[in-house]
Amino acid sequence: MSRITPRVMGGLAILLALLLVAPALLGGYGLSVLILVLYFAYVGQAWNIMMGFAGQLSLGHALYAGLGGYMAAGLYFHYGIGPWAGMFVGVAAAVAAAAVVGYLGFRFSLAGVYFALLTIAFAEFTRIGFDNWPWTGESGGMFLRVERGVTDVANLRGGPVLFYYVILFLAVAAFVLCRLLLESRLGRYWLAIREDAEAAQAVGVPVLKCKMLAVTISAALTALAGVWNAFYYNNLFPETAFAMGRSIEITLAPIIGGLGTLFGPFVGAVVLTGLGEIFTAVGDKLDIPGIKQVFYGLALLVIVMYRPAGIWPWLAARLGIK
Amino acid sequence: MSQDFLLSLAQAVSKGLLTGMVYGLMALGLSVIFGVMRVVNFAHGEMMVVGMYLAWMAFDALQVPPTLSLPLVAVLFFVIGYLLQRTLIQPFITRPEHQQFLLLLAVGTLLANACLAIAGPDSRTIMLDSQFDSYELGPLVLDAVRVHAAVVAFAIAALLWLFFTRTRTGKSIRAAADNHMGALVVGLDVRRLYAITFGVGAACVGAAGALMITIIPVTPFLASEYTLLAFVIVIVGGLGSLSGALLGGLLIGVSEAVAGLLLQPSLKSMFSFGLLIVVLLLRPQGLLGRKEAR
Repeated sequence: MSRITPRVMGGLAILLALLLVAPALLGGYGLSVLILVLYFAYVGQAWNIMMGFAGQLSLGHALYAGLGGYMAAGLYFHYGIGPWAGMFVGVAAAVAAAAVVGYLGFRFSLAGVYFALLTIAFAEFTRIGFDNWPWTGESGGMFLRVERGVTDVANLRGGPVLFYYVILFLAVAAFVLCRLLLESRLGRYWLAIREDAEAAQAVGVPVLKCKMLAVTISAALTALAGVWNAFYYNNLFPETAFAMGRSIEITLAPIIGGLGTLFGPFVGAVVLTGLGEIFTAVGDKLDIPGIKQVFYGLALLVIVMYRPAGIWPWLAARLGIK
Repeated sequence: MSQDFLLSLAQAVSKGLLTGMVYGLMALGLSVIFGVMRVVNFAHGEMMVVGMYLAWMAFDALQVPPTLSLPLVAVLFFVIGYLLQRTLIQPFITRPEHQQFLLLLAVGTLLANACLAIAGPDSRTIMLDSQFDSYELGPLVLDAVRVHAAVVAFAIAALLWLFFTRTRTGKSIRAAADNHMGALVVGLDVRRLYAITFGVGAACVGAAGALMITIIPVTPFLASEYTLLAFVIVIVGGLGSLSGALLGGLLIGVSEAVAGLLLQPSLKSMFSFGLLIVVLLLRPQGLLGRKEAR
């Protein structure tokens, strides 16, 4: 792990200061885009712990985001319990699910594609379950009440600025946490497991325990993103909350940005959200359904062909960092 | 149990077997590609949907029946699959799984949305006279189109088996799958074999698409569902095993049909994913797969 040099530190401080004052500088549209960037940066950071650090490919992270969102939103919807309390239930549910998926997968030594398929299967299984569970409103969805102009921080009700600062806090906290994790003994163990699990086991790394920590920490952080997501959008459908598309969307920013790097998820989120907004605008102009996604697919193709290790490692070399 | 119930159960099972045969052909494509070059085709369902659309377009614009368009679609898919492997996928063969995943995800996104851009979001179907025909087998009534589709799917699978066991190219592909280094040492052109394999896999899924359009309507949004379905089938049957893919297809076809009869339609695929989890944990090589180091 590279030292954070004064130059990088200065850059980060300027970036953070800009992000802190951004709501005052940006209009509604700009803020909504920045919110998306921070959301994908945060949830990508969470996913990156599992895949980028510990090398376990999960394509079912929608399971944890969905559980977090549904638990917190359901408690608020049915019993009026606010998300600051509900998020603990959401995180607990996600951690429990992650523990089951992780334990089964690692204990039966599924790796690579097989493990990824197991994570997909659990997410799909849960999606169908929630589709038929009356408490969640089933496939008809769950809707949170929106009162215009009311800001109620205790129940996480309010406008975009409130949600902006919450997701900014989460993104910064996750960045710092990941930095600390990488510097810790656990972080070293993860990297050892990612590079060669058998060798790590042979030199006494508690492989199963470390992998379990990776999947549960990653799930807990992802569940918080789910809670935030549910209260920001005020609606939840099993069809989208647990969809494979949602899981895939979580993986894109860290892969595009640079797997296993601290800055990768943020860089990936900036690039992908930016491209997404441009393609949406072009798509609206052309008025052809699906054309936005065609461009998006092309962009992904070009990036993965020419920067398979991600944008950040290349960018960092260009900027003379590392 | 009443007579009526048993009859409708038998009816559902036979319908599931026939549809499952087409599922099996679709999954064969995925299995062949994975079995030989260890690449998971995340664009598989998207390719299936493209096959369905091509057969629909041939019928809708040129009145070409699926019987005629099927071989054309299969040949076209072979060529495209061959070129796709040569240009895009070959450099990724030795790269980490997440990069292969992203590459094929991008290809799939392109394909499904190209369909959406060209044919629109409405569901498309073709009207055949045979859709009103049926065969009677004792008390069972079988839809003629399903019977035809299943027979053709089985015939293609049989051809594929002949290709892999009787032809020099097919045997070389199996050799390259068994021992990559060994194949290189004895002078096989592994890159060409890989490209042929991807072409063959693509032809299977294209043909399956041309058959499927005779049974159900197509929309671009079916794509990811088919990708998942193909994954479930090949894992249950055994990734890389040809007979396993067919068996998996039949199993999933029947389970879907029976679940649709007994449970709510929305619970239909829960059984499939439950089965996937059990097989992954207890028999990750699949029902008919060979044990290997993973």
